[in-house]
Amino acid sequence: MLEVRGLHVAVGGTEILRGVDLTVKAGEVHAIMGPNGSGKSTLTQVLAGHPAYTVTAGTATYEGKDLLALKPEERAREGLFLAFQYPVEIRGITNSYFLRSAVNAVRKHRGQEELDPLDFLQVLEEKLKAIGWDDTLMNRPVNEGFSGGEKKRNEILQLAVLEPKLALLDETDSGLDIDALKTVANAVNKLRAPERSFVIVTHYQRLLNFITPDMVHVLADGRIVKSGGPDLAHELEAKGYDWLRAGAMVS
Amino acid sequence: MVAVERLVQAYRAFAGNGASGAPAWLKELRDGGIARFGSLGFPTTKQEAWRFTSVAALTETAFKLAHPVSRIPQLAEIQPFLLGDGPRLVFVNGFLQRSISTPFFDGVRLDGLAQALVDTPDLVRQHLGKYAGADRPFAALNTAFVRDGAFVHVAARHKVEEPIQLLFLTAPSTDGARLVAHPRNLIVLEREARATIVETYATLGDGVHWTNAVTEVVAGDGARVDCYRVQRESDRAYHVAVTDVHQGRDTTVNVHAVSFGAALARHDLRGTLAGPGGYLILNGLYLLAGEQHADHHTAIDHAAPHCESHEYFNGVLDGRSRGIFNGRIIVRPGAQKTDSKQTNNNLLLSRDAHADSQPQLEIYADDVKCTHGSTVGPLDPKALFYLESRGIGEVEARRLMTYGFAAEILNRMDVAPLRAQLDGIVRARLAE
Repeated sequence: MLEVRGLHVAVGGTEILRGVDLTVKAGEVHAIMGPNGSGKSTLTQVLAGHPAYTVTAGTATYEGKDLLALKPEERAREGLFLAFQYPVEIRGITNSYFLRSAVNAVRKHRGQEELDPLDFLQVLEEKLKAIGWDDTLMNRPVNEGFSGGEKKRNEILQLAVLEPKLALLDETDSGLDIDALKTVANAVNKLRAPERSFVIVTHYQRLLNFITPDMVHVLADGRIVKSGGPDLAHELEAKGYDWLRAGAMVS
Repeated sequence: MVAVERLVQAYRAFAGNGASGAPAWLKELRDGGIARFGSLGFPTTKQEAWRFTSVAALTETAFKLAHPVSRIPQLAEIQPFLLGDGPRLVFVNGFLQRSISTPFFDGVRLDGLAQALVDTPDLVRQHLGKYAGADRPFAALNTAFVRDGAFVHVAARHKVEEPIQLLFLTAPSTDGARLVAHPRNLIVLEREARATIVETYATLGDGVHWTNAVTEVVAGDGARVDCYRVQRESDRAYHVAVTDVHQGRDTTVNVHAVSFGAALARHDLRGTLAGPGGYLILNGLYLLAGEQHADHHTAIDHAAPHCESHEYFNGVLDGRSRGIFNGRIIVRPGAQKTDSKQTNNNLLLSRDAHADSQPQLEIYADDVKCTHGSTVGPLDPKALFYLESRGIGEVEARRLMTYGFAAEILNRMDVAPLRAQLDGIVRARLAE
């Protein structure tokens, strides 16, 4: 699904990622943990194609294609999805209009017929039902005046509707109280599928109490310094990140 | 000044001819108007209120007072401007065209001002010129040439369900003369009355002309009025307008003002909250391109306590266009518990487009809540990336965001056919 090799990334002349290697197979859930400023968010933004980041070395292959050669919208149409840490407000555009535009962009790319508002409403209702949510967010302008929890829920809702093959979740748990966290985690669990992979970036272990990953990686100072099974998350919760960082600098 | 003198001459011809049958009070009102205009003259950019807007084009062009047209447009020609079959008055070159209008008199008197001056002179006299401030030169000029326009009077407690459309068309002269029309509108809602008014200004065809409009709106105690104003004239037209809204106690007034057309458009919009418990919304959009210039000067006068006002103006500027927003909020001494919010957001779609945003708060009471905010800038690159990351291509993403900027204003409008009409205009403009 995704193969990242020796990825170096800079923003404004400062190198943030310094040789990241990551392999994600179909259906797997990978968690990327690490201290603030370690480059976790940068990794997801680069994979989604944010123009502010410059890849200085390395490769990223997605489903056999050179991911880095694709424009952000092309990546999305190929099935990549980024749940933003800070979802952006789009004034004047309702959530349902926005989502329909996105769904139709993907459908057009696949040579499928575009959905009219009524068809889309039907699809939307099915997706909402599948994750057990209502449509209260749908007729409000995208993220405008949303609470932190609503914004994060809205990202997962988009994930559910757009049905990506690879979903990157950037600190989806940050700013959520425990109930909101459970709601979001349950929805993600329902969206897990054999052909769908997840890369979940988080600072805290608590999200992983509800979503069990196949692999846990620790990103520190721009490199993955340790990888392991789900237990690694518990170890990190107990010991913090410093022991790994020091090790990274010695090696 | 030659230009002022030319208008004074035109006034003498008008007063001595077509307007000579007017009652004494109206002659006096007109004489006062021309005298006032004569002493004020055309505004210059040295005056604060006109700092960014030059009216040189108006002083340099010889405009001819518009006359009634010999050929009345067919319904099919005006269809694109209409909102279905609801009640309407259609004016061409400032004169009511009865054959394509639907005047009526059931609880509401909807007729031309010229006819109302004959039928109900006392009612007209009671209100005409009482609200549109004579301190403004173009309002004074309009008063000098008062003749026809829309007259809407809604009886106490009467509710007009359907929106009333007032359509003002200019048909460019066949002999090449550049016409000026001075439509004068008076909208009076007696106590607890309710109505929705849609004022539309448009050009039949394409051409240079000047519209100098004044609309006075009076909301009696407990009344609610929704005023929509759409300016979609030829992009070679000049449009100068004054709207003055006077609110009694416990009134609700929503004013929606959309400006798409004209080479030069200036709209002075003033709301006076004269009684406690008044609620006023000003919701405006200007969508400009090419060399267009639009200047909105708004003023909300909180003259009574416990009133609330919200103002939202968005500008979308492309090409070499220029948009000016000046939002004045006055809180008079004693107008305690005033709650007033103002926002003006300007979206620049080209490097050569320019926006000026000036909030102006004058607060003379201490227990009030007043906020304002304004922005000027291009599309937010973060938002652009957000849309792209969902599979929407760059061109479409830009169009969607720009549309949203305009839709934010249109979404506050309740008249569905108008909302659809404006939506169509916005989409067509963005597709260009």
